[in-house]
Amino acid sequence: MLLGMVSLTAIVGFTAYAGDQIVSRSDRSDRVTVIYWEKWTGSEGEEMQKVVQAFNRSQDKIFVKYLSISGIDQKTILATAGGNPPDIAGIWESQVFQFADANALTDLSEPAARAGLSRDYYIPNYYDSLSNNGKLWALPCTPASVALYVRSDLVPPEVSTPETFPKTIEAMDALALKISKVRKDGSLEFAGFLPSNPGWWNWSWGSLFGGDVFKGGSPNINSQESIRALQWIESYSKKFGASSVQNFQSGFGNFSSPQDPFMEGKVAFELNGTWKANYIKIYQPNIKWFAVPFPYPSDRPDLAGHSILSQDVLVIPKGAKHAREAFEFIRFVQRQDVMEGLCSAHGKNSPLAKVSDRFFANHPNKAIRLFDQLARSKQALYPPHTGFFTQLSGELNNSFQEVNSGSKSPKTSLKEAQGRIDGLWKTYQQQVLSK
Amino acid sequence: MNRRTEARIGILFAMPWILGFTLLMLYPLVSSFITSFTSFSVLKPPTFIGPQNYVELARDQVFKDSVVNTLLYTIGAVPLSTVAAIALAMLLNTKVKGMAFYRTLFFLPTLVPMVAQATLFLWVFNGDYGLLNAGLRGVGVNPPNWLGDPSWAKWTLILISAWGCGHAMIIYLAGLQDVPQSLYEAAEIDGAGSWAKTKNITIPMISPVILFNVIMGIIGSIQVFAIPQVMFPGGAPARSTYMFAMYLYDNAFRFQRMGYASAMGWVMFLFILLLTLGALKYSDKHVHYETS
Repeated sequence: MLLGMVSLTAIVGFTAYAGDQIVSRSDRSDRVTVIYWEKWTGSEGEEMQKVVQAFNRSQDKIFVKYLSISGIDQKTILATAGGNPPDIAGIWESQVFQFADANALTDLSEPAARAGLSRDYYIPNYYDSLSNNGKLWALPCTPASVALYVRSDLVPPEVSTPETFPKTIEAMDALALKISKVRKDGSLEFAGFLPSNPGWWNWSWGSLFGGDVFKGGSPNINSQESIRALQWIESYSKKFGASSVQNFQSGFGNFSSPQDPFMEGKVAFELNGTWKANYIKIYQPNIKWFAVPFPYPSDRPDLAGHSILSQDVLVIPKGAKHAREAFEFIRFVQRQDVMEGLCSAHGKNSPLAKVSDRFFANHPNKAIRLFDQLARSKQALYPPHTGFFTQLSGELNNSFQEVNSGSKSPKTSLKEAQGRIDGLWKTYQQQVLSK
Repeated sequence: MNRRTEARIGILFAMPWILGFTLLMLYPLVSSFITSFTSFSVLKPPTFIGPQNYVELARDQVFKDSVVNTLLYTIGAVPLSTVAAIALAMLLNTKVKGMAFYRTLFFLPTLVPMVAQATLFLWVFNGDYGLLNAGLRGVGVNPPNWLGDPSWAKWTLILISAWGCGHAMIIYLAGLQDVPQSLYEAAEIDGAGSWAKTKNITIPMISPVILFNVIMGIIGSIQVFAIPQVMFPGGAPARSTYMFAMYLYDNAFRFQRMGYASAMGWVMFLFILLLTLGALKYSDKHVHYETS
């Protein structure tokens, strides 16, 4: 037994020592090592690493160690709960309030104000999407807005320019129907437009008709605007047949491949982000395209300029051992030259209010000025300020699928979704917000 | 060496297992049971809420849908993979030249990692370009959309389950090789044909092996996760493939509801326990043990 106890003590002691060595934060005593977890791999990761290297070269007091981490959101939460979070984490904007509601983030409002990183320094929509009740939970890394990409070679000549392309949803629908091709057996050969492609923003369709999914601080799924949006979605699956649309879409390749339906010429126009041009440049550089703001309902011209904003952001998890030094790196990323270099390399627009002519001139997306304007639009939308967004968007996504597949009518689907979400919201308020 | 010293040495040798079991199994089990009675968002200390999580489960429509999806999958996948495994094992138990090669060939798919399998099947079942639909079109059948149609997506998962029957196949093969040859010889003298021999000798003689594999199949099917998670993220289309384990995972790691997820875990355990007990009860009259 004594031998067993000795062995056990030795194992525990060695593990503790080795563990401490493995997670050791400082490689040199004369500088602080900041641990930075980021989700990016591949070329996006390489570009961010260049920024890290530039920061490390720019001074000798702080050394940022870049680690590419898969499942970064979950791992950051677990590491924070375990008391050993990274100093900086690169997460998605839609998760910021989930982290904030869980008390997992450091408020950056004071250091940001001291560093001159105020609301005026940014495009207000991007800053506002990260701040709430006077607290600032993250700072932008690379943002994006969305617009309608149009293949000018696949639409009739009279609508093949940004100026002549339909401005209203009704006119766009008519065009989509006119140019779509259906085979004799009823299967789709080519679609002008499909709301389900690429299907990344299904939570936001109601806003296209003036809806707000989190109105007055509560989930508001079953609104007239959401019903109208899903009826519009339904009109496409009814026109072509839900089954035909499903079959047609199942042949779509990945967005980052030459088999992307827009690049391959299977659809003429699609909603997509600033980054799309980067992929076009890589996989199908010869196609002809332009971008326009997504059309608005003909009875709501006030909704013109609609866009959905998203951001990759940098946060300092609560309990980070070198929060001050971590903020120094975040501040470095916010520098106009650094930010523009990174955003350009990622094919994104800049989140900063001031943008250089050089950025616009050299950007890989020829429509970058449009994406910049859309980011500043009053009709631009960002995820609501709630940690409940994951559940909310999940329910809206499910309703979209139910309607798009013809399984349920918009009214039934949204009514059921609202019932489910009300129960979940009540629990969320009690258990997470302690209300 | 006296008995006490002997016992100490025995415990010492068993210590790695005891430690492993205590730290990696017993502690999480007890902890998850306690957590199931709390509200726990990982980053805030758990708060005791009594049986509220279990009460909410009873009202949760998505939970009920995920249970129904999982049970339908189990009802389809367990018999299909059992029949496929027995059929393959019987084929591989015949005396054909190059049998070692065939046995390896049919076992190999089991070694393919789950995520790779899922990616492969995304292409096999692709509505437009998929191998399966190309074959169906070739014989004049109008193929379904296996991945996008809510009424077909579950069938896709059930069909894929047969791909992983290699482990069970090997166990059946071992069971088949244990069936005494004399029984077949006696049956042949009595004029029994192939089907009669299979029905009256092979199946009863390997029935304990079938019971074991069916129970393991039920457990595996109720816990199915990786392939639907990769092929049908979020249970798409329209939650038709949203399995129990996927909803549990989402609650634990996406919605940060560890208490609720723990309650789901214990409900899953009860399901598995009840189905296993049911299978064992049913087996009383249908499983033949040589010693009985």
